[in-house]
Amino acid sequence: AKYISQCIDEIKQELKQDNIAVKANAVCKLTYLQMLGYDISWAAFNIIEVMSASKFTFKRIGYLAASQSFHEGTDVIMLTTNQIRKDLSSPSQYDTGVALTGLSCFVTPDLARDLANDIMTLMSHTKPYIRKKAVLIMYKVFLKYPESLRPAFPRLKEKLEDPDPGVQSAAVNVICELARRNPKNYLSLAPLFFKLMTSSTNNWVLIKIIKLFGALTPLEPRLGKKLIEPLTNLIHSTSAMSLLYECVNTVIAVLISLSSGMPNHSASIQLCVQKLRILIEDSDQNLKYLGLLAMSKILKTHPKSVQSHKDLILQCLDDKDESIRLRALDLLYGMVSKKNLMEIVKKLMTHVDKAEGTTYRDELLTKIIDICSQSNYQYITNFEWYISILVELTRLEGTRHGHLIAAQMLDVAIRVKAIRKFAVSQMSALLDSAHLLASSTQRNGICEVLYAAAWICGEFSEHLQEPHHTLEAMLRPKVTTLPGHIQAVYVQNVVKLYANILQQKEQAGEAEGAQAVTQLMVDRLPQFVQSADLEVQERASCILQLVKHIQKLQAKDVPVAEEVSALFAGELNPVAPKAQKKVPVPEGLDLDAWINEPLSDSESEDERPRAVFHEEEQRRPKHRPSEADEEELARRREARKQEQANNPFYIKSSPSPQKRYQDTPGVEHIPVVQIDLSVPLKVPGLPMSDQYVRLEEERRHRQKLEKDKRRKKRKEKEKKGKRRHSSLPTESDEDIAPAQQVDIVTEEMPENALPSDEDDKDPNDPYRALDIDLDKPLADSEKLPVQKHRNAETSKSPEKDVPVVEKKSKKPKKKEKKHKEKERDKEKKREKEKKKSPKHKKKKHKKEKEERTKGKKKSKKQPLGSEEAAGEPVQNGAAEEEPLPPESSYSLLAENSYVKMTCDIRGSLQEDSQVTVAIVLENRSSSILKGMELSVLDSLNARMARPQGSSVHDGVPVPFQLPPGVSNEAQYVFTIQSIVMAQKLKGTLSFIAKNDEGATHEKLDFRLHFSCSSYLTTTPCYSDAFAKLLESGDLSMSSVKVDGIRMSFQNLLAKICFHHHFSVVERVDSCASMYSRSIQGHHICLLVKKGENSVSVDGKCSDSTLLSNLLEEMKATLAKC
Amino acid sequence: MQFMLLFSRQGKLRLQKWYVPLSDKEKKKITRELVQTVLARKPKMCSFLEWRDLKIVYKRYASLYFCCAIEDQDNELITLEIIHRYVELLDKYFGSVCELDIIFNFEKAYFILDEFLLGGEVQETSKKNVLKAIEQADLLQEKTETMYHSKIFIGFKKAY
Repeated sequence: AKYISQCIDEIKQELKQDNIAVKANAVCKLTYLQMLGYDISWAAFNIIEVMSASKFTFKRIGYLAASQSFHEGTDVIMLTTNQIRKDLSSPSQYDTGVALTGLSCFVTPDLARDLANDIMTLMSHTKPYIRKKAVLIMYKVFLKYPESLRPAFPRLKEKLEDPDPGVQSAAVNVICELARRNPKNYLSLAPLFFKLMTSSTNNWVLIKIIKLFGALTPLEPRLGKKLIEPLTNLIHSTSAMSLLYECVNTVIAVLISLSSGMPNHSASIQLCVQKLRILIEDSDQNLKYLGLLAMSKILKTHPKSVQSHKDLILQCLDDKDESIRLRALDLLYGMVSKKNLMEIVKKLMTHVDKAEGTTYRDELLTKIIDICSQSNYQYITNFEWYISILVELTRLEGTRHGHLIAAQMLDVAIRVKAIRKFAVSQMSALLDSAHLLASSTQRNGICEVLYAAAWICGEFSEHLQEPHHTLEAMLRPKVTTLPGHIQAVYVQNVVKLYANILQQKEQAGEAEGAQAVTQLMVDRLPQFVQSADLEVQERASCILQLVKHIQKLQAKDVPVAEEVSALFAGELNPVAPKAQKKVPVPEGLDLDAWINEPLSDSESEDERPRAVFHEEEQRRPKHRPSEADEEELARRREARKQEQANNPFYIKSSPSPQKRYQDTPGVEHIPVVQIDLSVPLKVPGLPMSDQYVRLEEERRHRQKLEKDKRRKKRKEKEKKGKRRHSSLPTESDEDIAPAQQVDIVTEEMPENALPSDEDDKDPNDPYRALDIDLDKPLADSEKLPVQKHRNAETSKSPEKDVPVVEKKSKKPKKKEKKHKEKERDKEKKREKEKKKSPKHKKKKHKKEKEERTKGKKKSKKQPLGSEEAAGEPVQNGAAEEEPLPPESSYSLLAENSYVKMTCDIRGSLQEDSQVTVAIVLENRSSSILKGMELSVLDSLNARMARPQGSSVHDGVPVPFQLPPGVSNEAQYVFTIQSIVMAQKLKGTLSFIAKNDEGATHEKLDFRLHFSCSSYLTTTPCYSDAFAKLLESGDLSMSSVKVDGIRMSFQNLLAKICFHHHFSVVERVDSCASMYSRSIQGHHICLLVKKGENSVSVDGKCSDSTLLSNLLEEMKATLAKC
Repeated sequence: MQFMLLFSRQGKLRLQKWYVPLSDKEKKKITRELVQTVLARKPKMCSFLEWRDLKIVYKRYASLYFCCAIEDQDNELITLEIIHRYVELLDKYFGSVCELDIIFNFEKAYFILDEFLLGGEVQETSKKNVLKAIEQADLLQEKTETMYHSKIFIGFKKAY
């Protein structure tokens, strides 16, 4: 350390020198020190100095140091922006390369935003070396600056077909990584990847592609079917294990997503399992491990096919490698059945004994418990066996999982009524030998078991054989060495026991015996009163007073037992931890104003005591979203009736809230099946679990003899079973009936419990930001900011978020066009493939949107030679394009010599009754246009959303200025009252035109035409939902017919989709059904039929006026064809 | 890939590359933890382990452990391939590489890694291309420089 500090001093000296070589050397040394764990953040500035050196040697070192030591918190990092930009555009590819490499390590959101555009340019660099680096680094940029994804995506896609394999694989890498986070946005790329997969021979790339498909298939099952074949081919042919493994993994994923079991799939599963078996049998530990891992994935969906390899898995349990053993354990979890559970657990128990190393033993222990308790003890046929396994487990030394065992004991004792007697006897034995547990293991986890033991003995004390003995065991002085919470349970349960004993004695008329017990309590309780633990102290002193009081009463010969045991009357039922949260607010119930009006016809509700109701309501979490959507409400309504019977909160006739737990009606409703136990309930002494295995076998044998008799019974059981929880053991496929019945109390979870999705989502997931629909058209606001004017402009228009359109070099633009043409050709081909598919409609929808994007572009490019200058920095080259002649949804609004206005009206999905009007302003003069203001005369029906505080007559400013030849888009929101009629609004654009000669004030009038179609939003609809809608009968009908149409049906549909915002639901020959939805939620269904030279359109809509207006508009459109 | 670590059998870190932003403290903690776990594993054990929510893939080459952290869905075998490929690259570049090469020319080792992986993803699968890129970059650099460095780091080495 002394040497190091000396070195650091030396380095500091060197850094102060002017010689860059010395400095670089110092920085290099610092990098090494940083690796050794020394803090070098103080030298960050020097690192930047070295980074900006002109010589590559030093620059390289500088970037290396930066990439190693900089992180998001480094404040000098923003100083590097310009340096990096300079290096990125350096003529030497290695300068650029080193900058990219460095940047990949320390990119921050700021850097990402500022440099995104530069990197975009590099993606089409002439050298593949730079291209591939640029492509890869884009992934990091996307992560930091998600807004850049949409603009950059087209180019990224282009790189998938780059001539250089390195660039190609880089692009595959990036898209694969992106798609894994948010697969649904990348479905449209599937055909492209499919082609790549079948043509590529590079294993690295193949693995990535296959992985990508693995992510995509759950969303698009048809893709899965297509994939199976090439994947199985690969599995057969490849020699690379990594590829094989990836294929198997994906096949599994595909099969999982294709839940419908098809005959030929079992073949591929068999193939997978076979291959995995080869992996597992391999001597290479790595392959073995992965084989087991993949096997467990198959297990989830196809347990049958894995179960045949049980021998192999059990072998793996003996493996030397712990992680392999753990994997095998995981597999066992899924492999147990009623038949083999005991056998497997027995095997595991022997492993527990053999296992050295506590972590593995603990793991075994938890696994045993997991295996046994899975799906509500589904596989346990004999709970006595299970209890004794648990008791055996308590004898393990030094386990951390005492609480787990304890929880299991409690759970079983509560749920399985038949076992309580046995459990109590075991627990009292445990309590008796408590000193062994507590002392020999130095208070580690295992004493938790005593917690359960004490509670069970107390709660079910009526089953105790020798309650007095147990009572004494619990009052031993030694108990005070236990942890506080256990002592507290002890104290509480001692009283329960005491109450029980008291009652017994009194009934037997042994007044003296009763007094003796009381005396014992009075004698022993003070030791708890002195406890350091507050809880224990409080309980103990409270109870001590109680007992003293009882003693007085006893002295007067007053019978007290009744009253004392009344303290603990009633039964505790298990309630799922989330149950309370999941009780939905009953409909019609306003949480804010809980007025006790009778809610519904149900008797039980009216009988419910007001006080309870009131109290319950207050306790319910207030944050429940009260505005549940319709669907949810409907579901709740259905669930409601059952809920009332089963919900613990609907208490029919409990006299007071304190006694609520007492006779909850739900318990009685559950048929607890009484089974004649063919096993003697009590095995003398502390039984070993092995005995049970033998007993179980005997029992099974006997059962076979009684089979016929049983079958009859089972039928009854099943009848009853129907009313019970669905996850109860299904005996039909197995011939073994459990010896005791698990009591799964239905109200544990209210039946209408809501799916808990919201619990799973992690709002902090960095990848969620990248969940962006890439097929949407690119709005102006999404263009990558170009740095120069950014600051100035954003400050001017903070809320509107419309960055200024900047001049941009022509080069990328042209490329873009070429790319587009290529795309179009391809699209035509694809189009043919896709025609028949039901997915067509989705495609259609997308295309329609894309076309609009294109239209937007067109409109901007219209006249004047300056169009390139007006170009957008980055274009969304829209995923796929329609083979139709390009059309623009932007219609001309008004124009004069200064400015041309075109506009497009779109319904907004988020807000009811709102439409967004996008107005493109194009400056066609040689002056700068500024101070633009838009004033629109509101009508009764339509109003413009204005900034707060401005009056109706004020104009709304346009948030940008227009240099000559430039165009930009501004968006305004209008609120519409009634959307059934088209209407027009008058408006004026006023602006100042400024040129060299001076400024003039100018005006331009326009009329905004809101057609009915502009109120529609393209909403995809599935054919089944569509059919339902038509059947429902609450739609009115109307139709039009247009003659003289020569356009192809395909194009015709495209036109309707495009101009009137419909989507195709289904298409058969020359007949198609289409659907759309208005912003106010009207459904519009169309049936379009094409005859020889005519088209007829039948429409159905929930509003007849809207429909007739729409059809009129449509007629006008069609007439133009 | 989230990060890559190289450490010796004695637990000394020889190279580290992080593809996720973490604070120095966090990095140190992770390194210490991983070095301990990996070193404790027996040679017969498999090269993968689950750690936090990541998967660790490691492999030992001579006295050096190469250790990578990958995400849940990543392919372990391909990660082993990556490690192997990197070792091959080092081998080719240094001519039968040994731990000392990486200590003295650690910046070279980094450069090679950077050419091979970028941002945690494989950027170049062809060995030839990687080496070509490195060699050309080296041409830009004066030979005397590297010599100079080596001497200084012999000094450092003594401290360990």
